[in-house]
Amino acid sequence: MQGLRRQRPPDLRVKQEVILMKVYLDHAATTPVDPRVLAEMRPFFSQTFGNASSLHSFGREAKEALELARARVAKLISALPDEIIFTSGGTEADNLAVLGGVDSARGKKVVCSAVEHPAVLEPCAELGRRGFERVLLPVDREGIVDMHVAGRARGASLVSVMHANNEVGAIQPIAEIAKFAHDGDAVFHCDAVQSAGKIPVDVRKLGVDLLTLSSHKIYGPKGVGALYLRKGVKLKPIVFGGGHERNLRSGTENVAGIVGFGKACELALREMPRESRQLYSLRDRLLKKLLAIDGAALNGPRGAKRLPNNVNVSFGAIEGEGILLGLDDAGIAVSTGSACSSKKLQPSHVLLAMGRRPEQAHGSVRYTLGRSTTARQIDFTARKTAEVVARLRRMSPFKPGEDLSGVDFGGHHEEYVE
Amino acid sequence: MDFYSEKVMQHMRKPKNVGEIKDADGVGKVGNPACGDVMFLYIKVKNDRIADIKFKTMGCGAAIATSSMITELAKGKTLEEALKLSRADVAGSLGGLPPVKMHCSNLAASALHAAIQDYLSKKGVALVAAKRVKKRR
Ligand SMILES: Cc1ncc(COP(=O)(O)O)c(C=O)c1O
Ligand SMILES: [Zn+2]
Repeated sequence: MQGLRRQRPPDLRVKQEVILMKVYLDHAATTPVDPRVLAEMRPFFSQTFGNASSLHSFGREAKEALELARARVAKLISALPDEIIFTSGGTEADNLAVLGGVDSARGKKVVCSAVEHPAVLEPCAELGRRGFERVLLPVDREGIVDMHVAGRARGASLVSVMHANNEVGAIQPIAEIAKFAHDGDAVFHCDAVQSAGKIPVDVRKLGVDLLTLSSHKIYGPKGVGALYLRKGVKLKPIVFGGGHERNLRSGTENVAGIVGFGKACELALREMPRESRQLYSLRDRLLKKLLAIDGAALNGPRGAKRLPNNVNVSFGAIEGEGILLGLDDAGIAVSTGSACSSKKLQPSHVLLAMGRRPEQAHGSVRYTLGRSTTARQIDFTARKTAEVVARLRRMSPFKPGEDLSGVDFGGHHEEYVE
Repeated sequence: MDFYSEKVMQHMRKPKNVGEIKDADGVGKVGNPACGDVMFLYIKVKNDRIADIKFKTMGCGAAIATSSMITELAKGKTLEEALKLSRADVAGSLGGLPPVKMHCSNLAASALHAAIQDYLSKKGVALVAAKRVKKRR
């Protein structure tokens, strides 16, 4: 045996540098599964694994769990359990609402706001291809649907307006819009994927016929969602098969996922008052610090008209993807409305609809806070953002506040030819 | 979106030759704020060689990395050699770019060519480059 080698003491200085504070501020994209949700889901993979349609004990246990989850989801939005249809997520629920909710007997016209998520915009576009007239309701500078133009929804078969916007957090006057839609005999759908769990969602008070929820935005698992269908409202299925979910969404239920979604709804309802108070305070703390950066401008409304967890700021003279990558290097996760980080090379349609110029949309960064966000993380994020912005500004040919409208040196995107 | 190569990230984090040359012999400006990326490229020419080169870019990670890369590729080259640098050279030197980001390397090559063209036209020399990136619609 060789002599004992003297052990070197651990170098604490080096170690400290390695430990990086990870800050997740992209909760509008998705949230981590809450440990309490995961614990509730666990038995439903290999123990209570039955098919909820089977008559034996395995099936009955699964069915029981499914119905408990249905009641919990319903409770979050003050609905009845049999008004809940489980789907594979928010996107499918939106598609089911739009494509299954229109009825050409009520008119071949479909209306939605200009700031909807693609999960609503695209099925509406599909209806356009199927011969429907398609109308986009414009929004004001804060991203809120202008009630003065609500007249354009007249004669619609279906009207769809989201409760809160995923990019800028603008909360829409849903009750007013729903009333307007109903005066015209239209069915009214509302995408509440971003608002649920953050602000109260009461389907009776909102007066909606259809409402979309998604599990993974409220600390539940991905790939699960629900569509609320008010009693008496007609809906046609878009998926055909074994007749599950009252024949409106065939396919063996994702029991474990739905159980998790149910638990997530229960937790969201219970923790919303405390959590939203904390989020409002952290949101405004971040907002104040970011807006202190020279050339920074807020996108979307302030105060109660904005989701408690959303901050969206455009930094002049620089581009959002650069900021995102710079913050990522510091362990901070955010998102951007820049075209350069979208698949379609188009800047955010939401910011453009709000009257922002393309370069402002390119320079926008979204920070969405969550259950685990702390004041320390907020302060760190604001400090790092200021650093990254300053670094990118030193590289930029423009100064913040410089008017870039009409500036064009040619040689850009479209001229890329093989 | 596809992810960036480590090489792109290195250039993004620590870009080379950032800045402006006040008494530049040629300046190339390309891009459009509405599209997201704008590059200004400055060159100093000595004995038909690019003696110094600097850039200022507003743009995404790929725009910054390709700007940095092209300055490295062009530095010390003769004008003739520099004019032959293409977006494929830029992208290749960076270990590739995600397909949706290829336009950014196009922009970097255009900026270099525009700067050289600016220098030559100031000297009254007609540009005879065979392989030129299409400019301005
Ligand atoms: C407003 C809105 N609607 C719908 C969706 C889609 O939900 P899912 O990811 O569950 O399909 C999202 C999520 O990105 C969203 O933000
Ligand atoms: Zn780009």
